[in-house]
Parts: sequence; structure tokens; C-alpha cells
Amino acid sequence: MTLFVDIGALDDIPQQGARVVKTAQGCIAVFRTADDTVFALDDRCPHKGGPLSEGIVHGTSVTCPLHNWVFDMNSGQAQGADQGMVRTYPIRVEAGRVLISARLATRKAA
Amino acid sequence: MKKKLVIIGAGMASGRMLEHLLEANPDAYDVTLFNGEPRGNYNRLMLSPVLSGEKTYDDIVTHDDDWYAAHGVDCRFGEPVVHIDRDRRIVHSNLSSAEYDALVIATGSAPFIIPVVGKELPGVVTYRDLEDTNAMIDAGMAGKEAVVIGGGLLGLEAAAGMAARGAKVTVIHLMGHLMERQLDPAAGYLLQKDLERRGITVHCKGATKAIMGHGQAEAVLLEDGTVYPADLVCMAVGIRPETRIAVDAHLEVERGITVDDTLRTSDPHIFALGECVEHRKQLFGLVAPLYDQAKVLAKTLLGEAAEFQPVQTATKLKVTGCDLFSAGDFAEGEGREDIVFRDPGRGIYKRLVLENDRIIGVVMYGDTADGSWFYGLMKDGADIREMRDTLIFGPAFQGGAAPDPMAAVAALPPEAEICGCNGVCKGTIVQAVQNGATTLDAVRACTKASGSCGTCTGLVKQVMALTLGGAVVEAPTGMCKCTDHTHEDVRRLITSMGLKSIPAVLQELGWKTVGGCHSCRPALNFYLLAEWPLDYQDDRQSRFVNERNHANIQKDGTYSVVPRMWGGVTTPAELRAIADAADKYNVPMVKVTGGQRIDLLGVRKEDLPHMWADLNEAGLVSGHAYSKGLRTVKTCVGSEFCRFGTQDSTGLGIRLEKLLWGSWTPHKVKLGVSGCPRNCAEATCKDVGVICVDSGYQISVAGAAGMELKETEALAATPSEDEAVEIITAFVQLYRESAKYLDRPYKWVAKVGLDWVKDRVVADLESRRALVARFEISQSVYRKDPWAEHSTTSEMPKWAPLADLTLEAAE
Ligand code: SRM
Ligand SMILES: Cc1cc2nc3c(=O)[nH]c(=O)nc-3n(C[C@H](O)[C@H](O)[C@H](O)COP(=O)(O)OP(=O)(O)OC[C@H]3O[C@@H](n4cnc5c(N)ncnc54)[C@H](O)[C@@H]3O)c2cc1C
Ligand code: SF4
Ligand code: FES
Repeated sequence: MTLFVDIGALDDIPQQGARVVKTAQGCIAVFRTADDTVFALDDRCPHKGGPLSEGIVHGTSVTCPLHNWVFDMNSGQAQGADQGMVRTYPIRVEAGRVLISARLATRKAA
Repeated sequence: MKKKLVIIGAGMASGRMLEHLLEANPDAYDVTLFNGEPRGNYNRLMLSPVLSGEKTYDDIVTHDDDWYAAHGVDCRFGEPVVHIDRDRRIVHSNLSSAEYDALVIATGSAPFIIPVVGKELPGVVTYRDLEDTNAMIDAGMAGKEAVVIGGGLLGLEAAAGMAARGAKVTVIHLMGHLMERQLDPAAGYLLQKDLERRGITVHCKGATKAIMGHGQAEAVLLEDGTVYPADLVCMAVGIRPETRIAVDAHLEVERGITVDDTLRTSDPHIFALGECVEHRKQLFGLVAPLYDQAKVLAKTLLGEAAEFQPVQTATKLKVTGCDLFSAGDFAEGEGREDIVFRDPGRGIYKRLVLENDRIIGVVMYGDTADGSWFYGLMKDGADIREMRDTLIFGPAFQGGAAPDPMAAVAALPPEAEICGCNGVCKGTIVQAVQNGATTLDAVRACTKASGSCGTCTGLVKQVMALTLGGAVVEAPTGMCKCTDHTHEDVRRLITSMGLKSIPAVLQELGWKTVGGCHSCRPALNFYLLAEWPLDYQDDRQSRFVNERNHANIQKDGTYSVVPRMWGGVTTPAELRAIADAADKYNVPMVKVTGGQRIDLLGVRKEDLPHMWADLNEAGLVSGHAYSKGLRTVKTCVGSEFCRFGTQDSTGLGIRLEKLLWGSWTPHKVKLGVSGCPRNCAEATCKDVGVICVDSGYQISVAGAAGMELKETEALAATPSEDEAVEIITAFVQLYRESAKYLDRPYKWVAKVGLDWVKDRVVADLESRRALVARFEISQSVYRKDPWAEHSTTSEMPKWAPLADLTLEAAE
């Protein structure tokens, strides 16, 4: 079972936008769509490391701000002709709070 | 002997439970029923028709005195229970008490009151019961002003009800669109439009700051400074479970009173149901699941096995004429997909959310006839793979045509303007075609439509195709994969259809995707702000990262900061401030740009607002080195210092930069002003260049020195600096109004022709002045420093990470 930790209020993330969460495993981009679905993805584009949290969010996709690769936030999969995959993490909203997989709050197993 | 059952609260849930219980076994219990309201059970849902005058209270009573008498219920109405004595199993009101073997708490919920100044003023009401409804009716609403705070289900029903009684109603809603919990932005947009059509004002993204008035509510003040006069204020911002007596009795209470699947609380003799309970972390706000609870609790009380299993519920709004339907959960889920159908002409929007070939969410607006069919498929978890292609058309549909991309044009009224240059409306083109003009040239010849700048050609062709009965026109290439409309068409339709938001464009022009994409959204945002500078709310999330963060993103995710140096002129104090900022924030590179100013490269995002605040303090503002807007005005030293200078080119450059800065344009705009034909400011390869000569100013435009190289072309010459400024301003505004997003001026001028431009900004004085006036209106909103806006104490935290979990890991 996944355990969750609270990272902040849903309203702290703009609709169709993202905020970053720092973890021991690197930065995670936490996205909020126009209809308040949340997603958590590595904040690193597999192309050249672009910060996905700064991309334009459309539907449940995000476009990397550096060279416009588009990723489906459900799966982390690059769309169209581009090949690549961003890691996704369990995340959910409860009573207006955003909860992310507690595994991110622990150190990487050595 | 009969056991004693006491019920606290005579609402929708307990009423239904009593019916089941008494029907199954009328002899099991002696029932005592307490109610806070001085009456028995009525249909709370129907308060809205009572408010609007379509029904009376008598119409909505579900259990009257005769019913209670016939079933032997001991009614204690108008007696709120104030204490539960669990040890002795007695409940007390202030007037009486009753012993119980089994106790049911069904206290419903209480409206949430936002803690603002003035919330207790007379004239501020909530919307929960008959008293509230009567308070609104008694306010005698015809001709008065009412403000409803909260654009959810309840707030909108209150608003529509009061509007039906003749009040002038404004709805203030905190979120970006109405009923955001049930609707997506597209459906929210359609709903807003329907409400506005019936005279209700809707103010989204509005946070209430205070209710003002002396001894009586008089107005509502928002955080953004807007004030709405209000004789009556209805707060409908949400509800919370009424748990006070349960808390006092030390029952287990989270957000609601915790119950198990049999609806038993933490005390085996006490049960609860309705909006006051929390079941497996879930709260309830609609009656359907409460009716299921009523069934289960009746069985539990009779000792029969039963378990409550919540099912997903569907929402409808009981406002005549606003036809919406929403069901299911739009949250989460790997591999979700959308099917979207829009019929702009009829204001219809339907969206299905699919997962693993099953429907998990439905939003519909305008035509909800198929709602229950979709809802059924969703509840049953039916596999829809087989009918996927035609699913969105509903149960009646098998095969058939795809939605019509020309619907938006078809829906335009005959008087809608198609060709702006020549003032030709749709009806004129239709007439020309009917009179035999079946080619574009022929239409051009007899109507002039698309004969000038030509950007409306696509629309003219579509009107022709419609009139000719679907004869195929070569398809114009759309803006992006989301639409078949060209940029030019979209601009024109935004104007002629009065579209003022991105959801409005997506809906009315039949976008094929849910929320557009990274290519069309920034373009739409620009078109809307250029067309409606005063009405449109800039959408930050539709901007590319650089414009959203007011800094250029670098390859490693850091940013560059470029302060404005008006006309390339600076001072020792400014240079010191820049040097200090570079030191303070460890800037890895300080570089002089090709635009006569200084670039601080490699700044971390969270440092940006702090650095801006420091620079602001020294009087420096954003240089917009990141914007599709005015970048730099490059100048030379001119007559003030140079032995060849003929005019004050530095001064003119600064004047132009101070006039034009902050404006958004289709692509970036750079100017150069040189003091003589030696042209040290390289004015002849800029978007707009001025060469000063003895006799005045030579203005040339449409140069390029980036990916293409092109010398500017002469636009005008004038002896007057004022006139030069006026002509340049008009040129920039014309560019803003008619160019395609991401066309630099040289590309745009090549399309519309320099003569067309000259006519409007040089020859026709009236047109020039009108362009300047429109530019000034826009600048009244946009000539401002974004750095100042984002470096306030409330904004600064938004630039830092949301959370830092590395700290927790270090514990
Ligand atoms: C900083 C600067 C280079 C420098 O170190 O001197 C620069 C840097 C960039 N230029 Fe430039 N350009 C800079 C002067 C120019 C000039 C020369 C000028 O302005 O006199 C040109 C040629 C003139 C022109 O505008 O065409 C120029 C033509 C371009 C182009 C090609 C535009 C075109 O339509 O052909 C791009 C790409 C684009 O805009 O799409 C570009 C894009 C860029 C971007 C924004 C690339 C990007 O998208 O990230 C670079 C941002 C770097 C950064 O983070 O700051 N830059 N760029 C100059 C900033 C000037 C300023 O003070 O604002
Ligand atoms: C205007 C309006 C329109 C609505 N429209 C819809 C709709 O279209 N669809 C839908 O599904 N739902 C709708 N709802 C919601 C629906 O009415 C509620 O979900 C439902 O009424 C909740 O039932 P309940 O029995 O839990 O609480 P209630 O019906 O609120 O009953 C609780 C009762 O308990 C009483 N009480 C509280 N505390 C005490 C106490 N200490 N002692 C004694 N009595 C007490 C209260 O006075 C109240 O009479 C609407 C609600 C409103 C107000
Ligand atoms: S020319 Fe401009 S865009 Fe190209 S690398 Fe240099 S700064 Fe970047
Ligand atoms: S780094 Fe993301 S697209 Fe290149």
C-alpha cells in the first residue's frame, strides 16, 4: 500500500500550472489541470533535462519549455514522434490538500 | 414492549429512513423526532423553485401533521437537541428530553460563513432552509441589487431564483469558472453565458474582502478593489457537517460523524446518517447516497444485515434553461482519455473521460438528454470499446457524420463582419454568391471582401462554401492540430462573435481538444488581450515559460535578468545596483547584450523576485528581454554630443521606449533611432527604424537581422518629432491588431502590403489617431512593471518550491 505525505494545499498550485517539490531523489513537478486533477512527474525532461514544471499544461499533457516535447502526464510517455519517458509518482488530493507518495520523503535506499 | 427510537433532525435523510422503517415494521419502535426547524419534513431540494416563485412551501412538504399523527411519531419541532447523555441514554432539548434505546443523529450540515468583515450585518443570508428562502423573498427583490457569494450549485440556484423575482444579481466566485467541482472550464463557460444572458453578472476569480454597510448590508468589496452594491448578500460558499452535539458527546468525529457500513457511530446505541456523517473518509452533499443510507439504516435498526456502499452520483442544476449534467470522478487515473464533442452553433458541449475502455466521468452542457445513458454505462462499468467511435453521439446514434468544422461560420448572423478592411458582412457575401459570384475573385470584385489585407480569405471561402452548399474549398491549414481555423480566422471570429476568454474560443470555434495546446494557447491569449484590453484577464498559464516568469529560461533551468536601460542610457547608481545584485545572488555571468543593456545570466528561480525587488529599489524595471512585446530601442548619442547629430536621437529613443514598453505584440518588436544617416544605431534593420536628418525624421519599417536579413522600407518622413511618434505608435498598434501570432513585422508587412499599412498609419489621419487611441487604452492596462507585481511579500513564496522533502529525509 502506498503511504502519502502532505505537501501543501491544492490552491497553492495554479490551475494549468505546476509547483516543484524538492526530494532526496531530485525535484518532482506537481501539476494541477484545469479540472483539478494532480500529477507528479520527475521535473527533468528526458530530452535535455528541461524543467517540465515550467511547461504549458493542456488537458492532461505538458509541453517541455525547452524544445516542446509533449508528455502525457498519466503515463509519463512522450507523445508523437518523440521517444522518451518521465517517471510518475503516486499523488492525490484529499480535502483540498495534496498528498504525495511518502516514499519520496525517505532517503533513497543505499 | 416497543423499543424507544429518538431521531435528531427531521431532514431529507431521516425522513426517508422513517418511511422505510415504518413500512417494514410499524411496531418495532416508539419514535420521538426532534427538529431544529419549527416544522417537519419538506423537500429541501425544492427550495429553489420556492425561491423563484415556481412553487410554494405547501407544494414541497413531504410529511405533514397527519402523517406524523397516523404513524404515532412524537414530534418535537422547533426544539434543537442540545445535549446527549450517553451514560443514561437521554437526549435533551431546552424544553424537553427523551430516553432512547437507539438514537439516530441526522442533523445535516450548516452553511459555511466566510470570516469577512460585515458578515453579521442584517441583509446577509445563507441558503439552507425555509427561513433563509423566506428572508430572500421578503427582501422584496424586484429592482434591488443582490450579490451571491459562491458560484456552486446552491449559489447559482439562489442567483437564478432571485433574478427570476426581478433582482439585479451578481455572482462572485473564487475559482476560474463556475461549479468547478462538477464542470470543466468549457462547460463552466457555457453555463456562465446562459446566466449572463438572463441578466446575471458573473465575476470569477473574485475573492470577497468585506461586506460594507451601516447597520445593513450595502455593498460587497473584493480583494481586487471591485465593489458591487448589494441590498442583499447571500453566502453560498459551501457547507460543513453539523456535528456539534456529536462532538460534545465525545463520539468519534473527523470532518463528519464517523460511521461504519451499518451506519453505526463509535457508540453502539447511536447511529447517524445524512450530510452530518463521514463514511470511509467520504462526506456527502447530494441526496442520492443519503437515500441509500436511509434504506440501510432502517434495516440495521430492525436487526437485519445491510451495508452501505456509496455509488457515484450525478449532478444537475435546477435552473430552468441551464441544462447541465456532470457525473463521475475526473481525478487521477493512469491512461485516461477524453472524447469531446462541441456544437458551437447550438451551445453544446459533451465530454467523456475514459479509462480502460470504461467511462469514468461525464460532463455535458446544452444537451443532456443522453446523460443518464452515459451515467448508466459508467455505473455498470460497461466496456465501450465496440461503440467507441460513435459513443459520444449517444444511444440513438449509429454511424454518421463527424462534427462540422464550419459550424461556427454557419452560426454567424448575416450582419457579422467578415472583412474588416472593407466592412463587408456575411450577408453581403452570401448575397453575392447567390447572385452568381462563385469564385473568390468574383466575390472580391463585387464585394471587396478579402480584397485588401487578405487575412480574411479563409473566412470568405468558408462563407462561400456554406452558401454554395458544401462545395469543397481547399482546406485552409489550421492554427494547430486543435482546430482547422487559421490564425487570421480565429482573430476575426474573436472580434465578430465577441469571444472574451479562452474557454469561449475553444467552445464557440469547436476546438477538437479539451484545453488547446502549447501552440494555440499563447496565440489565443495574445489575440484576446489585444482585442479586449479592458475586459480580458491575461491567462498566465497560457504563456510560454519566459513570459510567465518574466525572465528567459536557460538550458539548465536557471534564468537571465535584463533590466531596462531606456534608450541604452544608464547611470552610475543603476550600474552599482546591478553590480550589487550580481554579487548578492552569485550571478555566474554578467554580459552586455546586443541590445544596449546588461544581462545577468544564471539566476535561480526562487531568487528572481528578491533580485527584482532590489533592482526595483534602484529604479530599474523589467527589460522584457523575454517577451513578444517591445524589447529595446537602440539609440546613438545624436545631436546632444555627436558632431554630426541632426536631432536628439537618444531623447527620441527614450521617449519611444517609455511610450511603447509593456505592450504585448504578435512577436518581439525592436526599434533603432540614429542621429544621422551614418546610422550607428543600425536603425535600418529593425522592426521600426528612425534616421534623423536636418529636415526631420525618416521612418522605415519591416527590417530583419535575425534568421533573415532585410533592410527596412520607407514608411514616412516628417519634420515633427510628435508626428513621428504618432506614426510609429499607430504602426505598432496596426501590427498588434492584424498580424498573425509569431509573425515579425517584416513577415506581416509582406502579407498585407506596405501600401495598405501606409494608408492606415500615414495617409488617413483619422485612422492613425484611432489606432493611437486604441493603443493607449491597451497601455492603460499593460504599461506596468511585472517585476513589481511579482516581488510583493504575498507573491514571493510562489516562486519557491512547494515543499522540501529532503528536510524530512534528513531527520
Ligand atoms: C541576450 C542576447 C544576446 C546577447 O548576449 O547579446 C539575445 C539572446 C537571445 N536571443 Fe536574440 N539576443 C539578443 C539580441 C538579438 C539581436 C540583436 C539586437 O537586438 O540588436 C537579434 C537580431 C535582431 C532581431 O531581433 O531579429 C536577435 C535575434 C534573435 C532571434 C531571431 C529572431 C528573428 O525573427 O529572426 C531569436 C529567436 C526568436 O526570437 O524566435 C532570438 C532569441 C534569443 C533568445 C531569447 C533565445 C531563447 O529563446 O532563449 C536568447 C535568450 C538568452 C537569454 O537567456 O538572455 N534572438 N537577438 C541579446 C539581447 C538583446 C536585449 O538586450 O534584449
Ligand atoms: C436549496 C438547496 C437545493 C438543493 N438541491 C439539491 C439537488 O438538486 N440535488 C441534491 O441531490 N441535493 C440538493 N441539495 C442538498 C440536499 O438538500 C441535502 O443533501 C439533504 O437535504 C441532506 O439531508 P440531511 O437529512 O442530511 O440534512 P437536512 O435535510 O439538512 O436535515 C437536517 C435537519 O436537522 C436539523 N437539525 C440540525 N441540528 C439539530 C439539532 N441539534 N437538533 C435538532 N435538529 C437539528 C436541521 O434543522 C434540519 O432540519 C440542496 C440543498 C439546498 C439547501
Ligand atoms: S545567437 Fe541568440 S539564440 Fe543563438 S545561441 Fe546566441 S544568444 Fe542563443
Ligand atoms: S529538454 Fe525537454 S524538449 Fe528538450
